[in-house]
This record gives sequence, C-alpha cells and structure tokens, in this order.
Amino acid sequence: MPKIIVMTSGKGGVGKTTTSASFAAGLAMKGHKTVVVDFDVGLRNLDLVMGCERRVVFDFINVINGEAKLHQALIKDKRLDNLYILPTSQTRDKDALTKDGVARVLETLKQDFDYIICDSPAGIEKGAYMALYFADEAVVVTNPEVSSVRDSDRILGILASKSRRAEMNLDPVREHLLLTRYDADRVRQGEMLAVDDVLEILAIPLMGVIPEDEAVLRASNVGVPVIMDERSGPAQAYADAVGRFLGETIEHRFLIPERKGFFQRLLGRPA
Amino acid sequence: MNLLQFFRRPRVRSAQQAKERLQVLLTHERGSRGLPDFLPRLQQDLLRVLARYVRIDRESVQMQVEDDGGVFTLEINVELPGGGAPAIHR
Repeated sequence: MPKIIVMTSGKGGVGKTTTSASFAAGLAMKGHKTVVVDFDVGLRNLDLVMGCERRVVFDFINVINGEAKLHQALIKDKRLDNLYILPTSQTRDKDALTKDGVARVLETLKQDFDYIICDSPAGIEKGAYMALYFADEAVVVTNPEVSSVRDSDRILGILASKSRRAEMNLDPVREHLLLTRYDADRVRQGEMLAVDDVLEILAIPLMGVIPEDEAVLRASNVGVPVIMDERSGPAQAYADAVGRFLGETIEHRFLIPERKGFFQRLLGRPA
Repeated sequence: MNLLQFFRRPRVRSAQQAKERLQVLLTHERGSRGLPDFLPRLQQDLLRVLARYVRIDRESVQMQVEDDGGVFTLEINVELPGGGAPAIHR
C-alpha cells in the first residue's frame, strides 16, 4: 500500500527541504520506489537541494493544469535508481494548487511509487494545507527553539482537524517528530531545549534527532542529499530515522556531546 | 566552551525558561483550538441587536467557548452601561 508522507513544520528554515531530500533518498537506498514532490509553489528549492535544478522542464503545476504529462515532469535521480523528484513551479502562485488537481496527481503517483514525500512550504496557507491534506503520515520537523516548537504544535492541531483523514473520520495521520539542528553541547549547558523537553511538550513519537553539523550546508552547496555524505553525523542520523520509520528498532545517537580533546576544549573550536 | 566562557560560568538556564514559557502558552493555545470560527461574526450581530435597545460598545460584549469534555459551552458576558440607558430610537 503506497503511503503519502508530509514533511511539515509551520516555521520556515527548520530543515523541511533538507529532510525531504534525505528522507526520500534514504527510502530509495532501502529499495523503496520513492518520489519527492515540492509543494512550495513560487519558491522552488527542492530541485536545487537535490542537485537536479538544470533538468527541470515541466513541473507539478504543469501536470495539474494538463499542460504536461506526469512522466514528462518527473525527474529521475542520477545517483539512486528508486528516487524521483517532482519539482514545483517558480512562476505561478499558490492558487494553482487545487485540491482536485493535487488529488489527481497523487493518485497517479500512488500507482507507481511506494512512498510519496510531500515537501511542504512554511506557513499555514494554501500550499502547506495542500501538502498535508492527503497525508497518511506526517514528519514534523522541529528545531529545539521556542517558535519552532510552538508552530509544530499548531501544525499538529491542523493535522488532527483539517487533514483528509480527520475530515473523513479515518484513522488519524500518523505523526513523527524529527528534531533537527540539535546541539548536544548547548543542551548540556542548559541553553537549548533538550530532546526530552520537546517530547514532553509535543507528545508525539520521536523518529530522530539530527545534529547541527556543517555537513548539511556542504551537502546543499553541492546539491547532494546530506544522507549520502555517509560519514557525517546528519547522514547517520537520517539513516537511523528512516530505519525507525520502516519499523526497525534503532537506538538514538547524537544526544550527548562528543568528547573533545583538551586543546579543542581550550580553543572552543571543532577539529 | 572556550577558556573565557569557562571563567564567566554562572549562567541562567535559559532552556528551562523556554520550556516553562512554552508549556504555559501551548496549554492556552490548545484550549482555543478547534473552536467555531463564527465567534467574531456572532459578536458583531449581537452588538448590532443590543445596540437597538441600549448604548453599548464593542468591549462590553465578551464571549468565550469552553470545552467540557466534548460539550461546548458558549459564555456571553454583556456589560450594560449606567444601568442600561436606552438608545435613541430611530
């Protein structure tokens, strides 16, 4: 049974697109045929993070409007066999996303894919609403920071009341918390909300904790999902999160600060 | 942590404050979630009707909905000025 997963957060800049790219790549690496759909109409960026920006010819909105066939708009990832990207339009506005149109495209994708990842825009307007409306599962991407936690709580309320599953009285959307940009050092110093604090407040199952790390920026600079930078912390954390999502039992990592050498501590600088 | 920070140690645990502020705020926000969104319009209509009988201003009508385990109670508080001086009849 194919599944629709929304990557959502309410707040912008917390790592939805980074997570969409890595999560989709992680599912593909595990052998699942996966497509990742950009719902941020007007502010297309998923293609850039995934490194296929120069291969975009047709987009999601063209398909909704019948100006292109789905297979013309889908971009096959060059690195992973099971991974496809459906980019969004850079020129239209968010009203181009109609509920019927989105439903039609998702239905067609369901015939071909195991997982459909919907990369939501920030905010709670039309684009974000369309991205979450059809979801079976939701990955709530949250930073350990007050405004992000508050917005995540708001999004959880919307998932519980405005999604298709809520409206049709089906089983509720399954929620997963992904805590990103986690800095275990600052948590230990009492300067950042700890994972347990956020869990206590949001009260949804923890899918993973992604450490704050330079590898994320480095990966987006070169257009590669960070999960493919296999030696980096975020890559391992994303791979763990994908494993947990698929039902594996994997212990959480990156929750306590790395041990630093004497000189590193003295200089306050990573090696 | 560098050497300087080490000697300037005593610090407020800001994360604890963040947690407490969030808990207070979200309890409040969750309470008003899923409430009917017709309240502002109902308030307007009530004001218009009341204004036919008494002098009244916006702030004198307050309403809130409370959720008592699935049963919603609409509470309307109307404050009448000066014992309810009648409005001028048109």
